[in-house]
Amino acid sequence: MEDRWEVAGRSFTSRLIVGTGKYKDFEQNAAAVEASGAEIVTVAVRRVNISDPGQPLLTDHIDPKRYTYLPNTAGCFTAEDAIRTLRLAREAGGWDLVKLEVLGEAKTLYPDMRETLRATEILVREGFLPMVYCVDDPIAARQLEEAGAVAIMPLGAPIGSGLGIQNRVTIRLIVEGANVPVLVDAGVGTASDASVAMELGCDGVLMNTAIAEAKDPILMARAMKLAVEGGRLAYLAGRMGQRRYADPSSPLAGLI
Amino acid sequence: MIQDGTLSIRVNGEHRRVRDGLTIADLALELGLEPTKVAVERNLEIVPRSTLGEVRVEDGDEFEIVTFVGGG
Repeated sequence: MEDRWEVAGRSFTSRLIVGTGKYKDFEQNAAAVEASGAEIVTVAVRRVNISDPGQPLLTDHIDPKRYTYLPNTAGCFTAEDAIRTLRLAREAGGWDLVKLEVLGEAKTLYPDMRETLRATEILVREGFLPMVYCVDDPIAARQLEEAGAVAIMPLGAPIGSGLGIQNRVTIRLIVEGANVPVLVDAGVGTASDASVAMELGCDGVLMNTAIAEAKDPILMARAMKLAVEGGRLAYLAGRMGQRRYADPSSPLAGLI
Repeated sequence: MIQDGTLSIRVNGEHRRVRDGLTIADLALELGLEPTKVAVERNLEIVPRSTLGEVRVEDGDEFEIVTFVGGG
């Protein structure tokens, strides 16, 4: 059985999207992406280094023809900054599928939902296909979907915190209410967290720090691949009900 | 433009003087950049990559030249 998922009409097998920040070097980054099995990688858009233009480029190590680059707007605190960044990203890469995040404050990196919604509306009018980082609020998620977000990406915990999925109830509510893919974006710390997100019915998980800051990022990338697959299979299989007390697995009849 | 035939521009926030008559693609190459690997904004307007070899740098232009880097 092939279990694919689609976003904005594009079909993928891997449900793990990985970031490309915080790695020791491009070699480690490329090896981790390979081990993760990801087909989509997030990337940032930044000024070229004019004082040292000969530096190696991300595109030389992670091939944009092999992986779908998902440009993000990390570091943008207004709709205007985010839109400006994505217009440049579209010109640099030539594609419309983007990750929108408009942050509210540096301390929590929580999204500013008023600006996020406004940016979503403008980007959609300009032909972008925004996958949107957002709060774990089912109403906000619905409003984003109505505005044209092609995927809803609520946080499971603050960006880079590694605290795991702190909001199972609201993530589940968003999954139930959404007609576009839902991906947990931010908060995963270790493999079991990714499984939790998938068991809640999410279509995928996006992570960066959990892999990049592991002692062995390449091994953790593989762990995340398996955890996402395991969580997805468990969701499809349908978990058993929970009981308050024990229920023996061996038959009671025929005891000696 | 001042008398010596150079233009005063800003690239990624830094002031520069360049000679007159350059296209944006020429400017990128002079900066050591591969024009096909960057995106250029000129005075807050995107310059389509297909026109980088045609649009001329003018005195007072402000450029942002960006590329993809690692990010989450």
